[in-house]
Amino acid sequence: MKSRHRAPFRFSWQHPEFRAVLYQIIVVGLVALAAWYLVSNTLHNLATRNIATGFAFLDREAGFAIGESVIDYSPSDTYRRAILVGLVNTLRVSIVALVFATILGVIVGIARLSANWLVSRLATAYVEFIRNVPLLLQLLIWYAFIGEVLPGPRSALNPLPGVYMSNRGLLAPAVEGTSLSGISVGLVIAAIAVFLVARHQRTRQRATGVQSRLWPWVLGLCLIMPSLGWLLGGQDIHLDLPHRSGFNFEGGWAFSPELFALLIGLITYTAGFIAEIVRAGIQSVSRGQWEAAQSMGLPRGRILRLVILPQALRVIVPPTTSQYLNVIKNSSLAVAIGYPDLVSVVNTTLNQTGQAIEGILIIMAAFMTVSLAVSLLMNWYNKRIALVER
Amino acid sequence: MTAKPPPSLVTPWGWARRTLFYSPASLLATLLIAWLLLMAAPPLLEWLLFKASFRAPDAQSCREAGGACWAFIREKYRLILFGTYPYDEQWRPLLATVALIAAIVGTGVRRFQGRGLFALWGFTLLAVAVLMWGGVLGLTFVENVRWGGLPLTLILSTFGIAFAFPIGVLLALGRRSRMPAIKAICVAYIELIRGVPLISLLFMSSVMLPLFLPEGISIDKLLRAQIAIIMFAAAYIAEIVRGGLQSIPRGQYEGAQSIGLTYWQQMRKVILPQALKVVIPPLVGTFIALFKDTSLVVIIGIFDLTQAAKAALADPAWTGFGVEAYLFIGLIYFIFCYSISKYSRSLERHLARGHDTAASK
Repeated sequence: MKSRHRAPFRFSWQHPEFRAVLYQIIVVGLVALAAWYLVSNTLHNLATRNIATGFAFLDREAGFAIGESVIDYSPSDTYRRAILVGLVNTLRVSIVALVFATILGVIVGIARLSANWLVSRLATAYVEFIRNVPLLLQLLIWYAFIGEVLPGPRSALNPLPGVYMSNRGLLAPAVEGTSLSGISVGLVIAAIAVFLVARHQRTRQRATGVQSRLWPWVLGLCLIMPSLGWLLGGQDIHLDLPHRSGFNFEGGWAFSPELFALLIGLITYTAGFIAEIVRAGIQSVSRGQWEAAQSMGLPRGRILRLVILPQALRVIVPPTTSQYLNVIKNSSLAVAIGYPDLVSVVNTTLNQTGQAIEGILIIMAAFMTVSLAVSLLMNWYNKRIALVER
Repeated sequence: MTAKPPPSLVTPWGWARRTLFYSPASLLATLLIAWLLLMAAPPLLEWLLFKASFRAPDAQSCREAGGACWAFIREKYRLILFGTYPYDEQWRPLLATVALIAAIVGTGVRRFQGRGLFALWGFTLLAVAVLMWGGVLGLTFVENVRWGGLPLTLILSTFGIAFAFPIGVLLALGRRSRMPAIKAICVAYIELIRGVPLISLLFMSSVMLPLFLPEGISIDKLLRAQIAIIMFAAAYIAEIVRGGLQSIPRGQYEGAQSIGLTYWQQMRKVILPQALKVVIPPLVGTFIALFKDTSLVVIIGIFDLTQAAKAALADPAWTGFGVEAYLFIGLIYFIFCYSISKYSRSLERHLARGHDTAASK
């Protein structure tokens, strides 16, 4: 390739490189011209409408209330704070939806391939219905279902002790107490320790062939570490059960109808897509792999876990990354049912201030950052599990 | 130990043993699901059918019956299907809808595929415009703010696909181009659009487009939403077409070059036909997604199916039947999307057989 004969550069239409340069100048020129035209119009319009440009408005008082927020917020806070509340709400919904959609999706995907007729038919019906109805409509259906079909707080459904479902949303027992943080730290340490032990055991098995048991370690670490946290953290932990009080509930962990509908909608919708990816991934592993593993006497569950899934993951992970990005973007549909996510808060802000350009820039920057972070993480994971060829 | 022969699939008992309880885990799953179905199905059927009111004079009698209120749909179906289009003229959107559906079905029938399709679509789009707007042939003029419901949903998605597709192909070619400036512009466009939710583009089109345009010129809301949908879909189509372009071996490019075709001739006659054939299944997937995504225009108040349902729900005499209204629309979407995806799968099987069908003709 390197040795290819190159004609000397000439200013001639016959010369491909000259043409390429000319085309690029024309296209870039057109794009620049269009951009200049739009920008000059915009500046003119902003001037005639008396809209100041810049991000100074972020420090002004927002003056609108936000239905729910994880961090402290009141209408007298700044727009900056309000937008942060929206971002945190978006992240909260996305992360919870992501985790549960993955779990449900993997279960349904495997269920679609089950030899059990009832299981596979049910999973297929689920996937077909979920995938062929717009998410927005599903959210509206869930929201209307909670508001219209579920009973009022007085006759709330009580499927499990301490869990109440009514048209005011879902209530679940909350865990409270001063040693809560100690216990969580203990759990994190236990998880890291289990990970390290598992890695050590794997390297040792590779080197010496000695298999060792992991579950005693898991059990021990998961019992001892949180107990230590409980002891050191003040030995105080209790369940805060929701209870009826007047026309409503008090205590417990409350999901508003908006959050409840958004989470159910996002989880069930995304799970339908992940299920199809998982199914395709498992089917991409050749039958011979199943048969070989079976002939070695492995039971079905272990074949799936040790032989099939590691190979299927290579097919599963890249499209799942796009689904994760979709979940984050789809969480913006919250605005349709009135959950205050980032897009909804920014939309309110730009309706009040007229700072449309800045608002859109904030949304774009936020989504770009989050998406990029998720892609990087998933690509790193993908590289780890990718097939290493000679 | 000699293994017993597997139970026969012919007898019901044998079928059940092979498919429902071939192992303890399977028996457990069957029992669990059977129990769940027994718990969930009776109340669901009762609500959907047995206690539902199909005819009711007013909302009160519906509520007293305790089931779903399909009478609400019977009362409001014209508003939901056609929005606020003048009542006496609603045969026109109905005809336009039928024409669009016929064109979509026609595109799917293999026998018609070829140059005739362009003529078919040109004629259909013209007919739809004449029917919807009127103002000619003795039809009264109807402003497009009064369009709504199913025809609007179909128009937004078919026009969206029709315009996004060529733009998407150009973007994909640009992204594969060896000219760095053109490549950079295409990459920036595709990544920027794919990185943000469609809603933010719709908001942008409703708030920002008026700022971009010179004073005195305004584009109506419907066209602005249509532009946002086209911009959005083009980026997704571009990525799929790029995948197809990448799957074409180098030899094809070199072969086309060696017979002296220009760049555009190479693409049009050699590369694109092969690349597009490869990506038909994901393209159909994108079309379905786009069809579903048009429902988002409800957020900026455009009168598509969902917004029309919301309008029907706003009638104070019939409040509180949101589940019924949205299920009705969900069913319409399901019928469209499910048929398209079924068709896509049959197309996939057809293409997988590839050469032998061409030979058998």
